[in-house]
Amino acid sequence: MNEQGIRDVIFGTLRAIAPEVDPAALVPDQPLRDQVDLDSMDWLNFLVGLHQALKVDIPESDYRKLYTLDHLMAYLRDRLSPRA
Amino acid sequence: MREFKLPSLGADMDEGTLLEWRVGPGDVVKRGQVVALVETTKAAIEVECWEDGTVDRLVVKPGTTIPVGAVIALLREPGETAELAARWQAEHAAALALAPAAPRVPAAVPEPRAEEGVRRRVSPAARRHAEEKGIDIETVVGTGPHGAVTVEDVERAAAPAARPAAPDRAAEMRRTIAAAMARSKREIPHYYLASEIPLTAATAWLAAENEGRSVTERLLMAVLFIKATARALVRFPELNGFYRDGRFEPSPAVHAGVAISLRQGGLVAPAILDVNDKSLDQLMHGLTDLVKRARAFSLRSSELSMATVTVTNLGDEGVESVYGVIYPPQVALIGFGKMTERAWVEDGSIQIAPVVTASLSADHRASDGHRGGLFLNELKALLQQPERLRLPLAATP
Repeated sequence: MNEQGIRDVIFGTLRAIAPEVDPAALVPDQPLRDQVDLDSMDWLNFLVGLHQALKVDIPESDYRKLYTLDHLMAYLRDRLSPRA
Repeated sequence: MREFKLPSLGADMDEGTLLEWRVGPGDVVKRGQVVALVETTKAAIEVECWEDGTVDRLVVKPGTTIPVGAVIALLREPGETAELAARWQAEHAAALALAPAAPRVPAAVPEPRAEEGVRRRVSPAARRHAEEKGIDIETVVGTGPHGAVTVEDVERAAAPAARPAAPDRAAEMRRTIAAAMARSKREIPHYYLASEIPLTAATAWLAAENEGRSVTERLLMAVLFIKATARALVRFPELNGFYRDGRFEPSPAVHAGVAISLRQGGLVAPAILDVNDKSLDQLMHGLTDLVKRARAFSLRSSELSMATVTVTNLGDEGVESVYGVIYPPQVALIGFGKMTERAWVEDGSIQIAPVVTASLSADHRASDGHRGGLFLNELKALLQQPERLRLPLAATP
């Protein structure tokens, strides 16, 4: 999956949880959960959504690597690359 | 003959608009069965029946706004014949003729439309209504939850004459919350206590537990909080139940109302029933389902009326402590703040520990601060042994 495809999945999943969010307004290098107001239940549902769309099961120990949108993109790109 | 009344939908919902009937005359209904869909400012609520019987007559038509406690249907008791039912109704004709309230004025501002590509929600009653009136249902603008098309919307499409603007849903919800909370602060002599609880053991246990689990099966700290609260309440019955008609009625079961903020503003606190009979996994599924349905405006009447205590986890939003307003007729609210790492002294040495501030708002008519303090101590002790919270209470060694 290319960069744009991953981005579309992230935004689609976010909007399913927080319909009021405008993806274009998100700052990619700022903390994501603060910008979207995701509590721990929302966050878990977000990861479940990503898991369903991308078949990537993110372990809890990796949560801290997913602080910003940029981090999340990099993480998913890495996990989805054929080497992984 | 049994009068089926619109059940309580919680302290902040005193009326609802009947959207549709899920049963008809002659249908046999069982206790717990959903018989109608009622819309309030907070949710479309599936109204459950609390008795077995046979539907004799539906008293209220869809589209009507009815107060809690109004008779909406008549049920024949098991063994009661239609003849007996007819005689009863003749005798009680005057009482049944109580005119239902006028249909609610439809909202002028439609709710956000259902997302494109998503199937439109149309209630079966609205669909039938549109067919009868010869209206293409696809052309009707939905103003119900998630843009659902309701009977009222069809009515409006059929008679597009100008109507006065109605207050929007958010304003109505704010009004109902304000009414319930003002009543709480007026009637309930609150007292407030707080205690810091170290979560070193709980955090480690949860991390180990979640390590082997797929993201779809993971547990949140919130379910440990809910479970520990319910377990602690077993020893402090004066904090669990209802204060009604000048006296306190403790509840043997703990039905935990969980405060859920709605994204468009406002909140609702539906209950997870019988918390002590559930394992952590069952609680997690229950909580996930409840949050999903609360945000989709779809709850059941029992969930809104049966909570015996409320748990709020505002800490998720970043605050360190919360002193809640009790939801009447309950007598206590337990709040959890944000978990933060602190320097914590234990057995004469300093360690870094995740710590949460747990608070209790309680009703002085039912309990005293001394017992409230002991309750928080019990909560603290339970959270030091998270493995003991995993199973239902009866199955815990």
